[in-house]
Amino acid sequence: MLALFLRETRLGVRAGSGALTGVLFFLAVVAVIPFGVGPDLNLLARIGPAILWIGALLASLLGLERLFQADREDGSLDLLLLTGHRHMTALTVFVKCLAHWTVNVLPLVVVTPLLGLFMNLEPLGIAAATATLAVGTPAITFIGAVGAALAVALPRGGLLVSVLILPLTIPVLIFGVAAARGAVADPDPFLPPFLILAALMLFFAVIGPLAAALALRWSGD
Amino acid sequence: MPEPQDEMRLIAEELSGERGGETVFSGVSFALGSGEALMVTGPNGAGKSTLLRVLCGLLPPAEGQVSFSGGGEDWPDSAAACHYLGHRNAMKAALSVMENLAFWQRFLGNPHLDPHEALEMVGLDGIGHLPFGYLSTGQRRRAAIARLLVSYRPVWLLDEPTSGLDRASEKQFAELMGVHLEDGGLIVAATHLPLGLNGARELAMRGAEL
Repeated sequence: MLALFLRETRLGVRAGSGALTGVLFFLAVVAVIPFGVGPDLNLLARIGPAILWIGALLASLLGLERLFQADREDGSLDLLLLTGHRHMTALTVFVKCLAHWTVNVLPLVVVTPLLGLFMNLEPLGIAAATATLAVGTPAITFIGAVGAALAVALPRGGLLVSVLILPLTIPVLIFGVAAARGAVADPDPFLPPFLILAALMLFFAVIGPLAAALALRWSGD
Repeated sequence: MPEPQDEMRLIAEELSGERGGETVFSGVSFALGSGEALMVTGPNGAGKSTLLRVLCGLLPPAEGQVSFSGGGEDWPDSAAACHYLGHRNAMKAALSVMENLAFWQRFLGNPHLDPHEALEMVGLDGIGHLPFGYLSTGQRRRAAIARLLVSYRPVWLLDEPTSGLDRASEKQFAELMGVHLEDGGLIVAATHLPLGLNGARELAMRGAEL
């Protein structure tokens, strides 16, 4: 399993563009918002966490459809599925998701503090937004794995994957933004939504790979 | 490698296979024991590849069943016991040949030959450091064949294994298959060309009757 993780990250890093595309897209989304909303700093600070979350959500959807497609095209997917008795397929999917997250989504979390400055967030708010993203984005990847597995046989599944999984990511978005805002807006609590977010992430970490493994099993041709 | 208690057998009973809802072959039966090879021949579209995918469990059989016995704990079913070499080589173009082989060895388990040795066996020694994407078609196929050697599996399911290979490599591959059979392995190969195996049985597929 470690071998699979290393291979996936190595592939992701060597292919290069994945992480950079995501970060640039995230930057683009967040950077244009202040121009659209106008020069109201208070308003920016209020909507800042939400903008960061929406930007990160959309950016982390980029490239998700390649999660299994590349393996299918070169025949590796067959072998990954054939070893089901040795490595449970769901576990294989889980490791692939982790590697995908490390290469493509973790950079988004890393640049969040910088983009938080664009949004006139105070330091505590920036820390909260980064923490919620670090905890919440794996859930998006795990949900995305289901969409990617369902669309693996489709030649242009990219948009379909995003449309399929966006509704499922809504709870993650709601609690992520609630926690990020709760850290700075006084009456709102931070901890309860943050814990629910963590619970959602753990929930999808189990359900996502299991469902994706089933979908891959039946996508065989 | 672990010695199984009794002889391994791969048995297909009255198999039929479907592709996209259409039956491509039906009524295929055979029993293969240790050290035996089966050549699956037939025209394009006769269902050779589908048969191989059904045998290793990547596709559910439409009718009939595949069973594998005598593998002991290590090889409980045909999916566990087989190496599948399909049309596609299952290697990553961005990784070097060595990295590809080392990964498959670790992931598939039951290490057999060292990746260096395996590359030597297929005549690719000295190019292990090159990215897989730089190799020619024949070299890619030989690197994929080396994958059969880095991990041990008793059953080899080969789909047009010699496509893209030159004469010398075909001969080399025939020797590798011979060694595998002598070790008590089983081979099912779908092919148009004679693979140069002595004593291999032949299963001619005509496709489903319309």
